[in-house]
Amino acid sequence: MTLLYALIAIGALALVFGLILGYAAIKYRVESNPIVDQVDAILPQTQCGQCGYPGCRPYAEAIANGDEVNKCPPGGEATVKKLADLMGVEAKPLAGGEEAEPIKKVAYIREDECIGCTKCIQACPVDAIVGATRQMHTVIADECTGCDLCVEPCPVDCIDMIPVAETKQSWKWQIDAIPVKQLD
Amino acid sequence: METLLEQIESGKLWQFPGGIHPPEQKSLSNQAAIGSLPLPEYLVLPLKQHIGANGQLLVNKGDHVLKGQVLTQPGTNWSLPIHAPTSGTITDIKPMPSAHPSAMPELSIVLTPDGDDTWCELETRESLDGLDNKALIDIIHHAGIAGMGGAGFPTYVKADSAKTIEYLVVNGVECEPYITADDMLMREHAKDIIRGMEVMMSILSPQYALVGIEDNKPEAFAAMQQAAKHNSKILVRSIPTKYPSGGEKQLIKVLTSKEVPSGGIPADVGVLVQNVGTLFAVSEAVYEGKPLIERVVTVTGNTIHKPQNVWALLGTEVKHLIYSQGFTPVEDQRVIMGGPMMGFTLPTVRIPVVKTTNCILAPDNQELAVAGQEQACIRCSACADACPQTLLPQQLQWFAKGQEYDKLEEYNLFDCIECGACSYVCPSEIPLVQYYRVAKAEIREQKLEKVKAERAKERFEARKARLEREQEERQNRHKRPARSAPAKDKAKVSEALERVKQKRPEQSAVQAAIERAKAKKAEGDTSALEPDNSAVALERAKRKEQARKYKEEKAGSNTSSAPKDAVAAAIARAKAKKAAQAADSIESQEQDPRKAAVAAAIARAKAKKSGDEPKQGSEDDPRKAAVAAAIARAKAKKAEQAPEQNSVSGSDDVKADDPRKAAVAAAIARAKAKKAAKGDKPATEAVVKDEPEDPRKAAVAAAIARAKAKKAAKEAEQVEEPISEDEPEDPRKAAVAAAIARAKAKKAAKEAEQVEEPISENEPEDPRKAAVAAAIARAKAKKAAKEAEHVEEPVAENEPEDPRKAAVAAAIARAKAKKAAKEAEQVKEPIVENEPEDPRKAAVAAAIARAKAKKAAKEAEQKEKPIVDDKTEEDVSSDSDTQTEALSPEDKRKAAIRAAVERAKAKKKAQEQEGNDLS
Repeated sequence: MTLLYALIAIGALALVFGLILGYAAIKYRVESNPIVDQVDAILPQTQCGQCGYPGCRPYAEAIANGDEVNKCPPGGEATVKKLADLMGVEAKPLAGGEEAEPIKKVAYIREDECIGCTKCIQACPVDAIVGATRQMHTVIADECTGCDLCVEPCPVDCIDMIPVAETKQSWKWQIDAIPVKQLD
Repeated sequence: METLLEQIESGKLWQFPGGIHPPEQKSLSNQAAIGSLPLPEYLVLPLKQHIGANGQLLVNKGDHVLKGQVLTQPGTNWSLPIHAPTSGTITDIKPMPSAHPSAMPELSIVLTPDGDDTWCELETRESLDGLDNKALIDIIHHAGIAGMGGAGFPTYVKADSAKTIEYLVVNGVECEPYITADDMLMREHAKDIIRGMEVMMSILSPQYALVGIEDNKPEAFAAMQQAAKHNSKILVRSIPTKYPSGGEKQLIKVLTSKEVPSGGIPADVGVLVQNVGTLFAVSEAVYEGKPLIERVVTVTGNTIHKPQNVWALLGTEVKHLIYSQGFTPVEDQRVIMGGPMMGFTLPTVRIPVVKTTNCILAPDNQELAVAGQEQACIRCSACADACPQTLLPQQLQWFAKGQEYDKLEEYNLFDCIECGACSYVCPSEIPLVQYYRVAKAEIREQKLEKVKAERAKERFEARKARLEREQEERQNRHKRPARSAPAKDKAKVSEALERVKQKRPEQSAVQAAIERAKAKKAEGDTSALEPDNSAVALERAKRKEQARKYKEEKAGSNTSSAPKDAVAAAIARAKAKKAAQAADSIESQEQDPRKAAVAAAIARAKAKKSGDEPKQGSEDDPRKAAVAAAIARAKAKKAEQAPEQNSVSGSDDVKADDPRKAAVAAAIARAKAKKAAKGDKPATEAVVKDEPEDPRKAAVAAAIARAKAKKAAKEAEQVEEPISEDEPEDPRKAAVAAAIARAKAKKAAKEAEQVEEPISENEPEDPRKAAVAAAIARAKAKKAAKEAEHVEEPVAENEPEDPRKAAVAAAIARAKAKKAAKEAEQVKEPIVENEPEDPRKAAVAAAIARAKAKKAAKEAEQKEKPIVDDKTEEDVSSDSDTQTEALSPEDKRKAAIRAAVERAKAKKKAQEQEGNDLS
């Protein structure tokens, strides 16, 4: 009999707590950011496809599914490191052997050479090239992600990738601007 | 308990945490009155000397300007004008090193003084009567006044504060060592400063204006108090000397006990801070009408013989400044702009004084030791004690070194005022402020990147969505009730349309129509001044769009597509007409009329021939067509090679320009291209087998043909009206013919662009090369076509029937060019019999093709005349045998007439149609 009471008491308790927990799980559910979104937020969104995926989000999905984190040259080592931290894997050097610190570039169309073929416009993943057939095209430098995708389709090779010029706003103090000598 | 107001009235002062007491060194430069400088050889005036945007240039190189004349026009976005500091000539406008630690070049006006120092007309005032706030703020704005204490924030923006200002705080603290510019200004111009204060007070109407002056400047304090005696609302306060009590936030704390919230501005707590120099400039601007063209600059340091304050014209180079005061550089001489705590070492002395330059310090190596080597942090926390913002510099330093930017923000790095107190007290000589500056720049950049990435993502996604939508639309079109054969074509056309749309973010046909209208316009009045008829074009485009929609509806209910074709033909004609007009303006060369006539005849014959063909097209032996195409291609290739060879040897081997030949060649090429294009679909395999030819060549040939078709179209328009009455014929035929021609032209264009796929089978050629070649070929064709046109008028005299024929031929050709547009889309699948298509789509495609041909033509005209001639000759010689085989003159003529009639009808119908639509 005692055993029965004990079982009933424990069972009732278990039921009550179970209900409480179940309710809390629904009511206080934390909307956690899915891993894909987190990865996507780290990627530089150049949409360049250098990772082998058609855009940053597909690569983010691939990483979430276990792909390597070192396939993003525009992001550089910093991105690899962040991705490695997030995914809990070891940071590797960039797959293509690119420099760790990518130079920011934007596309520039030599306008007098442009024949107005619109091929680059079709290639641009972020619609950063304006122009019309037979009209020369130009790059909206502020929107250009420097993805390189427009360079290849150009039939007359009139697109250059030029490094973004340093401005006073983007200029950085050099800590070691003054060389320090060690005196003996 | 006293209220805050009472406390302030009673003269109570508060304390800010931290702070340091560096050696003042002010007596070096505050012994002499403010001096003046000889006029420098030239002045360098950066367009931007403050925080915000620079104005728009109002002057040009070589202009003579008067002292005080405005040089830039301020726009929005915190922009300020700059003024000529003296009269003289503008010798240059170019990027020059700027007053920035990086000395990065910035667009500057170089002014060479004429020595007269002639003022422009100044508007002086005795009082503020009749000036409302807006007028005052406007005066301040147009005087180009920016905060002269250091940051250079536009004063008019501050004065225009939306928040109520309780206290106007005037900063006469000048806490940084060495600098005495404000001190001397207050001593000598206290009255003007007070007047400037009163201007600001009349704008902001604060309860009190508080002047803070450090107690190491008793003379300035006395002068200010004397000058402010008359105004009980101005309270002049002497505050304890402590660095950095001149910081905005610190001064507010000292004078009012208020603390500016993190990330906020003083206006958030009802306070506005102005530097005494700024107020002096305001007074000058309002009462004297003088813009901000000079300021007091302290020139000091042990290497300066005569350290003192001087009135320096903005734009004076630092070099002039220091050498005027006597300067003996020492080894490793540093020249610092600003004070020793917050200033920066100039990379060069050829940097101009700007609105924010308050001190030029040229110390020797004893008075200001070169920073030693950084040692490890010993966690003494002296920096935390010194920090006036109660930050944790040591902590920040760790994070900055570890690039933990999130942590830095958590520890309020952005509240750091970069006063340098922490670096000053650090026993390990850690350049703490430098670390913070780097980290700040880094964080700012990362934030910017983040925003950019976000935008890029948005744009990418928007694009993806658009593409998907278009795909869906296309599929929907597939699903539409199959209207016999054309349904398939439709799909392809829509595909083409999609492509066209992809090229433009806007997707409506209206857009396409507008494009077309523009292209037309460009053709129509290249020579004339361009009247702004874009509105008209838009109107027209809309009308057309309506017409098209109507057409579509009609076609839906009525299987007869004749009217559609008519419309298409009409559109084509309209275009051709425009082109013809343009062509008319081209001056004609001297030509042999007879030759030209012959050429025209041949061309016509061909055009006609091909015009008739489409009807039987489906029965044509594909192989024949393929062979013909191959021949055409071969010729095109030859032509292409020729220019390459000739470009080396020059044009001397070419015979005198023979327009006739060119015309003939053009005609032949056209015919061939047509054939080739026609036979293309069924013949693809045959061609590949029979002759492993390069599609590139075909493309070239096609391009030539297209150009010619265009030419012909022009001719046709001119003769149109007389013909129109002749015989009632089927407008549909004409339309069909037109469509075919167009298709071919387009096809060629397409091939040229997409050489990749076919080539991958045939030859691993560089598609780019092919495209270029095609462009050249097209250009040539165009050229030839033009030449042919010049010959036209003589033709009319010699053979009375000619114009008609020509017209017919032209009509056909035109039609074909148009058709090409349609067919081009279908290229990949077998050609369905030539059915009238939606004219709108065709028109779009045609517009594209036209645009390309024209572009190429332009290039060719500029560069490649000899090549063109040469090439066309080649064509003639090789083609002369083929040209005659198909046509008998009889046939030609009849057909021509018929075609013309058709066209006329088509036109009429189209007009009716359009009329209906409009009504």
